[in-house]
Amino acid sequence: MKAFWHGYIAGPIIGALWTLTMAVVTCIVVSFSTGEGLAPSLIGSLALGAWLGFIWLPDGDRTRNQRIAWSVGLAIVPALAFLLVNPAVIGAEGTSTLTILVAWVVVIVASAWPLERILHDLPYGATTRHEFEAAVIRFLTGFGYIFFTAIVAIPFYVMVMTSLKNQSELIQNPLDFTIDLSKGTDLFRSYFELFSDFNFGSYLWTSFFVSVLTVFLTLLFSVPGAYAVARLRFKGRTAFSRSILLIYMVPMIVLALPIYIAFSMAGLRNTIFGIVLIYPVTTIPVALYMLQGYFRGLPAEVEEAGLMDGLSRLAVIWKITLPLSLPALASVSLYVFMIAWNEFLLAFMLLDDPSTFTLTRGIASLNSSEVPRQHLMAGAVVATVPIMLLFLGLERFMTKGLTAGSVKG
Amino acid sequence: MTSATPPTGTGPLERREARLAWSLLFPTIAIVSAVVILPLLAIFWISFKPIGLADLRPPTPVVREAMRGDPGDYTLRYRIRNSSQEKSISNVVLTDELPAEVAVRAAPPEGCEIGRESVTCDIGTLEPGQRLDIELPITITGIDEDAAEEALEGRPPEITGSSENTLTNFEFTSENFARIFDSDEFFEVLWVTVFYTVFGTFGALIFGLFAAMLLNKEFKGQGILRGLYLFPYVAPVIAVAFAWIILFDPFSGSANALLIQMGVTDEAINFFGVRPLALIMVTVFEIWRYFPLSFLFILARMQSIDHDMYEAADMDGASPFQKFWFLSLPQLLGILSVLFLLRFIWTFNKFDDIFLLTGGNAGTRTLTVNVYEQAFAISNIGAGAAVAVVIFCCLIIFAFFFFRFVSREEGL
Repeated sequence: MKAFWHGYIAGPIIGALWTLTMAVVTCIVVSFSTGEGLAPSLIGSLALGAWLGFIWLPDGDRTRNQRIAWSVGLAIVPALAFLLVNPAVIGAEGTSTLTILVAWVVVIVASAWPLERILHDLPYGATTRHEFEAAVIRFLTGFGYIFFTAIVAIPFYVMVMTSLKNQSELIQNPLDFTIDLSKGTDLFRSYFELFSDFNFGSYLWTSFFVSVLTVFLTLLFSVPGAYAVARLRFKGRTAFSRSILLIYMVPMIVLALPIYIAFSMAGLRNTIFGIVLIYPVTTIPVALYMLQGYFRGLPAEVEEAGLMDGLSRLAVIWKITLPLSLPALASVSLYVFMIAWNEFLLAFMLLDDPSTFTLTRGIASLNSSEVPRQHLMAGAVVATVPIMLLFLGLERFMTKGLTAGSVKG
Repeated sequence: MTSATPPTGTGPLERREARLAWSLLFPTIAIVSAVVILPLLAIFWISFKPIGLADLRPPTPVVREAMRGDPGDYTLRYRIRNSSQEKSISNVVLTDELPAEVAVRAAPPEGCEIGRESVTCDIGTLEPGQRLDIELPITITGIDEDAAEEALEGRPPEITGSSENTLTNFEFTSENFARIFDSDEFFEVLWVTVFYTVFGTFGALIFGLFAAMLLNKEFKGQGILRGLYLFPYVAPVIAVAFAWIILFDPFSGSANALLIQMGVTDEAINFFGVRPLALIMVTVFEIWRYFPLSFLFILARMQSIDHDMYEAADMDGASPFQKFWFLSLPQLLGILSVLFLLRFIWTFNKFDDIFLLTGGNAGTRTLTVNVYEQAFAISNIGAGAAVAVVIFCCLIIFAFFFFRFVSREEGL
């Protein structure tokens, strides 16, 4: 381990790993945006990275001439790798020279520029544990940002781009996500068809209606319940709050089976009424749990002052507690809305008639070999965009609310 | 001198408070027990029942009415059949209204009575799959044939009958449990569930911890990145699951095209179609979808750690990894253990993700997917309920651990 605590060893290793990462990322990004194939080369990128990692090391005790001599001398390593084995990034068959040149420039810039910042505090010779770990952490941080951004963004990028293409283009070159802007509004054809032929307008409205109603009903039931659990003393309070948590752990599929049977017998399947009946019950325990956590945090003295001044308990809840807990109500509403909007299992089991479909059920019905996949992806985008916008707009509430009470996923 | 004694028992104020609490809780308790407790009891009941999907629709008598014949010799015919091939229907009674212009001209068949503008036939018991015709000779006065036919068909006949319902009778069987425990499949399902749950939980925690450390500093664009990293959790599962399916499609998926271009593989990989890769992929999906949740909780806890501690550690010359290992991690242990238990339970309960990605094929059938598979794919509701009972028992064990070890920690 101690051997690594030298700049001239740690630097090239970090550099090699960083350039390899950059080569892979560049290939993915350039391939996904031009549709032309590119491949990173293991030896080529490791050699280039190791050299970069060496020359970026601060001077240490070396003279300027010594440094330049070493750097130039060692440049033979990436140069040999370039000529004899492979450059860091190679093009596939049919990839244009321009694309390859662009990829090379991107790899060199994306390697050299951040590496300078990663290594600027790492001495050339023996390093302290501090300096070594700081460099490793800077490397891991850069790697982490790229890694997480890539894994989150790629599926969504593919989703949006697929919805703008057509089946034959997709099969011809699955890497080609370029958009033909000359098509104009024709680009959004699958969206138009979704709303005109597949009735998505009605699904969208049903989903919205059901979600809003669910939020309303959930709050109606959970606010008094949460208040009672948080503030009032009664026998069985602990047992009650534990059973809420227990209920909130029961898997939906276990409940879905008897609910399916009961709804089949009562004729509630294929009705919006049945869905509105069942959704709030799945969200009440969550809301109750989040709200009671918040109510506990409110100062009881304010409410007691209200009681002393002659307000009844219900008036205290209405005039004091609720106005004070508006942020919590907002985050609970947002969260319940999200659950209802994204709910799939119950909608899938209970709704068979297209006139009662919610959005998620509508997307599930698009998943057949007869419907081209750009429609499926357009449906996915239609379902995702509203909840994303709502969420990004109210992100602060969401983050607070989710962590204030525990949350089901 | 009387000594003051503290009051014993419940005073009127205390009673009033408890009454108010229960009245506030009552609506919630009522609705939750109706939709959660009752179904849970029903699951236990059904798991001991020999019941299939088809039994949910009770056998019903079906009737079709038709007018036939030539002028002067019309007959009204009712074709009756039992919809079920397995169960008989008893007390079958047919009633139909007749228009004023139609009269029955000869004696009706046995069991039928002709009233004023109506006919009632007591048919008795219909054997499984039995078909029966009842013919009434009729005359038409005043209107022509088409109008009479229309008038007759405008009033559909009613038929009633009763049959035994498997769901409510007292016939029990342990066959459902014997069936699910006997098969080798059950242990495979159990192993898949354990793999999915353990790796899904640990993965989500580790990635969440990593992401939280990245964002635990102030910089430009931190808010945007935090929002972006929450996307997988916020987006509808059905949308992201299909996006993954299309991304990893073996024939025209971009991931395969990319891997082939990069020379990682020579031919397309069927990510969601072959064992053991499919199981790994659904676990990776689970980690991808739920790391945001753990990241959010861990980040919230990290930001509340006292900063002085780190300054003291700096003075003592602690290195960054030492600070993480000896300061941050012990501080985060509480939230990590709570998250572990919660995520463990919810990953165990997860159904939608695997159902959408693979449908439980290629060795990805977990217990929850097995409930659906048994109840709806094999149409054996009883066996599905038996699997659900097994899940519920596991859940009770988890809940026990949860309350025993986590109890009051972190206020959860």
